[in-house]
Amino acid sequence: MLNREVRQMRELFTDAGLVATRDLRIEARSRVLLNQVAPFALLVLVLFGFALDADQRTLRTFAPGLFWVTVLLAALLAVQRSASIEHADDAHTGLRLSGMAAASVFLGKAAAVFIQLMVLEVLLAIGIVVLYGSELDNPVLLAVTAVAAAVGVATTGTLYGALASGLGARDTLLPILLLPVLAPVLIGATRSFDDALGAAAVDGWAWLGLLAVFGLVATVLGALAYGAMIED
Amino acid sequence: MSVVELRGAVALLGRFPALAGIDLSVEAGQTVLVQGPNGAGKTTLLRLCAGLLRPTAGEVVVLGHDLTAERRAVRRRVALLGHSTGLYGDLTVAENISFWARAAGLSGADSESRASAAAELMGLDRRLLSRTVNVLSAGQRRRTSIAALAVRRPELWLLDEPHAGLDQAGRNAVDSLISEAVGAGATVLVSSHELERVRSLSPRVVTVAAGMVVADSSSRASGTERDVEQGGAPDA
Repeated sequence: MLNREVRQMRELFTDAGLVATRDLRIEARSRVLLNQVAPFALLVLVLFGFALDADQRTLRTFAPGLFWVTVLLAALLAVQRSASIEHADDAHTGLRLSGMAAASVFLGKAAAVFIQLMVLEVLLAIGIVVLYGSELDNPVLLAVTAVAAAVGVATTGTLYGALASGLGARDTLLPILLLPVLAPVLIGATRSFDDALGAAAVDGWAWLGLLAVFGLVATVLGALAYGAMIED
Repeated sequence: MSVVELRGAVALLGRFPALAGIDLSVEAGQTVLVQGPNGAGKTTLLRLCAGLLRPTAGEVVVLGHDLTAERRAVRRRVALLGHSTGLYGDLTVAENISFWARAAGLSGADSESRASAAAELMGLDRRLLSRTVNVLSAGQRRRTSIAALAVRRPELWLLDEPHAGLDQAGRNAVDSLISEAVGAGATVLVSSHELERVRSLSPRVVTVAAGMVVADSSSRASGTERDVEQGGAPDA
């Protein structure tokens, strides 16, 4: 019995790795993240700077919030791209017929989005240091927050991307569905970054706990619910 | 032994009954041509047999599994060639075939050898294997799609217009594939408008119209079949 469960777990993660590798290979070849999503995100940072009249003190104060709003906007593009990979030529029907567990597909796609978000967050972190003059008070808290928030955004985004695709209006519907659900991530990550960047006196580690719980719940729920989302 | 057994199967697409109480039994190792006018329900029939649709009423048993409750159990054992290719445009032909082999649970060595055999069967030469699907012609994509299915060596093939968009060599490759599959013990349901071509492979012809089987050459109900071929049946 135990051997069977171990084999199933191994198969789950092997298949997830296969899907993640495929999505990342497609991304590396199409360069949508580097050529479109990343420039868009950096542009948003610059526009926020213009909107706040390039006042360095104001920018430093609001940098955490601006950073995470930008991440969420860019994440919408990454999630839409991830969902469209499966629907471009009806490949999702092949996945359903492959016998691969839906949880594997979910974990693989979420992992690929997570890696892309991490790349994006590194670029944006450099962006707020250069453009807004932010300083790293607590790099460990900053890094762990970035990872925890990316897990929440990637898993929730992958699930809602599949849901919106199933409803047949993914490009327009996804932001309306996804952004309200990601509000806790925005709040928690911003507060945690407030601490990590020295922008406000808050306990960033406590907010990190919220992000960790959100990420865990989103991963488990996503793995359980994804199968229903990709069925007709 | 029946590989496909449908009794009074109904499938709704929205509120529209694409299949309106269909009866069909297909034995292991048979090749069956499913014909009928556009909108007759041929594609829906194949998708139902693949476990992609849930029957609204009636009974559908495929490879020993009742699809009302066990749709996922048959999927890995079935290959469905639809109107789309199901390929990833930014991956190469070799990467696509290899991915679908691995997705079907084949190990690395098995998947590579089967991928090579399937590519060869479909006439995909070494030069094509390294090209991304985006730059291929429609016919080359179709061949790649069929090769990606062939690596799985399914027990039941469901082919929807498999010759569409292929040149003569491609059509011959599809015929070889069907012959090889049946020779290996697989069962094949082919929906096609190329009646003469498929009839040479399939001694049994089932005619579908308005979501029902209106003729089956195995039961000698050929009078209705002629009417349908001449366009007498309603276009569902």
